[in-house]
Amino acid sequence: MEAFQTFLIEYGDQLLFKSWEHLYISFISIFLGVLVAVPLGIALTRVPKVADKIMSLVGIVQTFPTLAILAFFIPLLGIGKVPAIVALFFYSLLPILRNTYTGVHSLDQGLLDAGRGMGMTQWERIRMVELPLAMPVIMAGIRISTVYLIGWATLAAYIGAGGLGDFIFDGLNLFKTEFILAGAIPTTIMALVIDYLLGRLEERLTPEGIKDATETI
Amino acid sequence: MLKIKNVSKVYEGGKKAVNNINLHIKKGEFIAFIGPSGCGKTTTMKLINRLIETTEGDIYIEGENIRDKNVVELRRSIGYVIQQIGLFPHMTIAENIALVPKLLNWPLEKRRKRAEELLKLVNMDPSYLERYPDELSGGQQQRIGVLRALAADPPLILMDEPFGALDPITRDGLQDEFKNLQQSLGKTIVFVTHDMDEAIKLADRIVIMRAGEIVQVGSPDDILREPANDFVEEFLGKHRIMESRPNLQTVKQIMNKNPVSITEDESLSQAIKMMRDKKVDSLLVVDNDNILKGFIDIEMIEENRKKQSSVYQIMETNLYTVEQNTLLRDTVRKILRNGMRYVPIVDEEKHLTGIVTRASLANIVYDSIWGDQELIP
Repeated sequence: MEAFQTFLIEYGDQLLFKSWEHLYISFISIFLGVLVAVPLGIALTRVPKVADKIMSLVGIVQTFPTLAILAFFIPLLGIGKVPAIVALFFYSLLPILRNTYTGVHSLDQGLLDAGRGMGMTQWERIRMVELPLAMPVIMAGIRISTVYLIGWATLAAYIGAGGLGDFIFDGLNLFKTEFILAGAIPTTIMALVIDYLLGRLEERLTPEGIKDATETI
Repeated sequence: MLKIKNVSKVYEGGKKAVNNINLHIKKGEFIAFIGPSGCGKTTTMKLINRLIETTEGDIYIEGENIRDKNVVELRRSIGYVIQQIGLFPHMTIAENIALVPKLLNWPLEKRRKRAEELLKLVNMDPSYLERYPDELSGGQQQRIGVLRALAADPPLILMDEPFGALDPITRDGLQDEFKNLQQSLGKTIVFVTHDMDEAIKLADRIVIMRAGEIVQVGSPDDILREPANDFVEEFLGKHRIMESRPNLQTVKQIMNKNPVSITEDESLSQAIKMMRDKKVDSLLVVDNDNILKGFIDIEMIEENRKKQSSVYQIMETNLYTVEQNTLLRDTVRKILRNGMRYVPIVDEEKHLTGIVTRASLANIVYDSIWGDQELIP
C-alpha cells in the first residue's frame, strides 16, 4: 500500500498523461476505423461477389502480428503517433467491417423489397431501414474492435507513440514489476470502462421496436 | 387507367418469364392475377412499378409510359403490399403507415392525421399508433400493411399475395373488409394470388396465367361458366362447376328452413327432451323474437346439469353464422374447410332463418359432380 502511494506521488502526473495519450491514440484509430468500415461494409452488401474477397483480404491483414505491422510502418511513416494510429486503424477495420456487412446483409429481404417498392431511394433505404435495423450488430463490432484496440495500443509505445505501453516496456527493461502493473492495470480498467460506455451507447442507438428481439441474442 | 401492351420479360440466358402480354385495366377495377407458381404473375405485377424492368413492350398508367417516369416517383405513386407484410419493426405503427407521405415530405402533423384517419378506416383504436409491429397479431399487421399502401392515396395499388400468410379465418375476415374498403375508395387494384377462392371472391376480373402467357381473362362468373380450356378447368377444380350453377346462387335457396331451436329461457330438461324427440345432439338458442343467441349441445348440458337449470346460463354464444343472401360459392368452401358440422343461417337482423349442415353440402357437391340436376330444388 505504501509502495503504491509513493509510486503515485512520484509518477502520478505521468500516469495521467500516459493514460490520456493511450486513450486518444485508441480513440482516433477507432474513429477512423468506423468512418471507413461502416460505409465500406454497407457498400459491400451491394456487391456480394466482391464482398467475400475483400472480407478474406481484411481477414488476412488481421492475422499479421501487431508488432510486425508497427515495425512495417516505420520506414513508411517514421516513428511516433502517426504510424501507430495508422497501424491500429487497420486492426480496427475487420470486426467493424464484418459486423456491418453481416448485419446489413442478413436483414429480412422482404423489408428491403417493401422499401424499394414504396419508392425509397438507395440512400433513404440505408438511412431509414438498413442502418437502424443493423445498428445492434454494427455496435457490437465497434465494441469488440475498441476493446481489442485499447489492449493493442500498449504495443504502440514500442515505436515511440507513448501511451500506457511506455510503463510496461520500462518495467520489462528495468525488471520493475510495479511499472508493468502501472501500465497493465489502467489499460484493463480503461478497456472495461469504455466497453461499458459503448454498451450504454448501443442501447441508446438501438431503435425501440427491435429492443426485445436483440436482447435475446 | 393501366394499359399493358405487348409486354415481355426475358431474363439473361433467354428464359421468358412473361411473354407478350396485353391487358387493359379500367379505373376502379379489381384485377386478380392467378396461376401456378412460376407462371409469371408476380413478375408481371413487378413490371408495373418497375421493380423488374420490361424487356419489350410498354406499360401506360393514365396514358403515361412508365419508362418515361422517374422510377422513385413512380413507385411512390403506386401502393404496394407484399406477402411477408414487410412492416418496419423499428418504426411505430404511425410511422409505418405514413412512410410514403414522409418520403414525399409531408409535414409531421399531416402525416399523423393521415395515419389516424386510416386506422379508423379499419376500426382500430388510435392507441395503436404508438405501438410497434411485433405487438400486433398477424391479421392486424397486414391491415397496417394495406393502410400503408393507401397512405398517400395512390389511385393504383399492387398486392402480392397479401393474405397468403394468414390463417384461414383471419384471411376470410380481412378479405371481406378489404373488398369493402376497395369499393368505397374506388381504387384500382392489381392483386396476385394462387388461391382461386380468393380471386373469385375479390376480383372483378381474373387473369389466369400459365408459363408467362395469359390463358383467360374474364369475370369470375364467366370463367366459372366457360373455362377456356382444360387447364383452366383443372385449375378451377371440379367442385366449382357446382358453384357456378345459376339456380344455386344463395345460401337461402339450399338451407334447411326448419332448424331445431329452443328459446333461451327454457329449462335444461326441456332441452334434453327436445334433443331426444328431434334426434339431434345440439340446439340453436334464440330469444323470443327468434334472434339467434348461441347454441347448446349435449356435452354442455351433461357438464352443467347439476349446477345450472336454464338454457341461457350455459349456452355458447360464440358461433359462426352466415347471412342468408350470401352467395353459395363463397360459403361452401369455408364451411367444408373449417370443418364445421353445421352453420346457422340468419337474416340481416340476426333472426334465425335456417341451417346448412355438412351433410347437405356434401349432397350438393356429389350431385354437381355426378349430374342429375333435376333432383335439386
